[in-house]
Amino acid sequence: MNTYFIKRFVAMIITLWLIITGTFFLMHTVPGSPFDEERTTNETIQKNREAYYQLDKPLILQYGNYLAALVQGDLGPSIKKPGQTVNDLLGRGFPISFELGLFTLILAIISGIILGVVAALRHNGWIDYLAMSIAVLGISIPNFVMATVLIQQLAVNIPIFPVATWSSPKHMVLPILALATGPMAIIARLTRTSMLEVLTQDYIKTAKAKGLSPVKIVFKHALRNALLPVVTVLGSLAASILTGTFVIEKIFAIPGMGKYFVDSINSRDYSVIMGTTVFYSALLILMLFLVDLTYGLLDPRIKLHKKEAE
Amino acid sequence: MELRKHEERSISPAIPDEWFVPKVRDHKESEAVVRPSLSYWKDSWHRLMKNKLAMAGLFFLVLLALLAIFGPMFSPYTVETQKLTQQNLPPSSKYWFGTDDLGRDVFTRTCYGARISLFVGLMAALIDFLIGVVYGGIAGYKGGKTDNLMMRFVEILYGLPYLLVVILVMVVIGPGLTTIILALSITGWVGMARIVRGQVLQIKNYEFVLASQTFGTKTARIIRKNLLPNTMGPIIVQMTLTIPSAIFAEAFLSFIGLGIQAPHASWGVMANDGLSTILSGYWWRLFFPTLFISLTMFAFNVLGDGLQDALDPKLRR
Repeated sequence: MNTYFIKRFVAMIITLWLIITGTFFLMHTVPGSPFDEERTTNETIQKNREAYYQLDKPLILQYGNYLAALVQGDLGPSIKKPGQTVNDLLGRGFPISFELGLFTLILAIISGIILGVVAALRHNGWIDYLAMSIAVLGISIPNFVMATVLIQQLAVNIPIFPVATWSSPKHMVLPILALATGPMAIIARLTRTSMLEVLTQDYIKTAKAKGLSPVKIVFKHALRNALLPVVTVLGSLAASILTGTFVIEKIFAIPGMGKYFVDSINSRDYSVIMGTTVFYSALLILMLFLVDLTYGLLDPRIKLHKKEAE
Repeated sequence: MELRKHEERSISPAIPDEWFVPKVRDHKESEAVVRPSLSYWKDSWHRLMKNKLAMAGLFFLVLLALLAIFGPMFSPYTVETQKLTQQNLPPSSKYWFGTDDLGRDVFTRTCYGARISLFVGLMAALIDFLIGVVYGGIAGYKGGKTDNLMMRFVEILYGLPYLLVVILVMVVIGPGLTTIILALSITGWVGMARIVRGQVLQIKNYEFVLASQTFGTKTARIIRKNLLPNTMGPIIVQMTLTIPSAIFAEAFLSFIGLGIQAPHASWGVMANDGLSTILSGYWWRLFFPTLFISLTMFAFNVLGDGLQDALDPKLRR
């Protein structure tokens, strides 16, 4: 088990380093400097500015400094927003994005599993077809479309919920709903497929023969085993929720990290783009890693180190 | 005795007994297959035909392709024609899907959006296919150290957050159709390579490959003639699922302002434009592009699901 963890950990670090290096050099190959402005500035000011952002040093040195700062958790100053560092922006935006992402994930998991289980228990019945139609629709409708439909229906036509911002629980309903439908649909489909498979297993027959209550059979014997495939996709689901927050935060004017990211793209604030990319990537890669670990711990049949030794 | 024998022999008094010849059983004939053999593709096609939802998806996609190719020809307007006197008109017989804030015909723009979406989806799938099949085929067939090394690289790329990489490339190279396709392909082929490699790894141990190897067939030819045709099923499924994700990515990028730029029309751009006017009640500007995005994604998804079932050799009857 340990060798597997170490190998996975090393791969994770390499991936992260590749992202950082790739991002760094990509950002510096962009033609033009962030200080290209319409009015020409005094040469000394220009030099001082470049010195402040370390742009006058050779590229390799800048890269080394960036890595060194990064190891200490410093993502550097924002170029377009003077006096603010990327850490400030992330520190302000991340808690809100985290809240949005977490609630979305919880809603998606719970509703997805319920939908999938119900569909599997009523296999080929109308509930099954209904649940799966909802699921295919959920996968097909992009989250920004979902968001606009929700705004149109539940905020404009029938003003139940506020249109934008993130100030009270009521404000959170629409963004979370819009973001959760896609992941919910994926979870529902996966749960249904694996539930159907598990329900034909011998131990379910045994459980029935013992006279256990249907509730106990479903929740204790079937669902526990059926959920393993669901755990494997949690990492990529978290990724899609994370990227989903970009548009959702833009549409609902939520002051989260995604909004800063999109804003920085539009204003070409390279240091912020870089910082957020690195942060997002680290977050995602860490999540994939954790999911893999949980998967190994949850299913005793999977012996990770053996698979690796082959 | 004599009487019984007579009874037995004369089955019909009108036909002389000499006419009855005992049938010699021909072994070759009895082994012969009577019904025409059903090839894998025909069988799969029959199974796909039975899946109504998948067929509906296919039908919609054919319609959409026709609309993308011929739609603009039937419209008196072009994508860029602006009529400032006819802003934000609701759908009518003159403007089927209404007009936008610059007086452009939403129907024509939706058709052009279909062109862009289908083009991006197909090109991304094609590039993924080309790179993924070659890479995965070589890794799977060579095996051992080569495979190990090649797959390590794939693993690292697989860990990269896909949309983030795309966004990064778009920022650096600048928005545009070619950049979108390029950006989608940088990490997109990885999934295909993994699938092809897994399949090849399995199939290369079969006897017919061994037979080929014994005859001294070259590696490239074995991969092309023996291995790939047998992995086509999963490859096709993967391609039909790549297309909607590429279409989604394009719409997503255009929506956040990194994709197709004005004056070109893409569903994502139109949706973004329409969003700002949602409060003014110009619903058609948002409704039609988003409807088409959703329907296209839906059609590709159900078709992919249907193909997955139809092409699975385990389900073959």
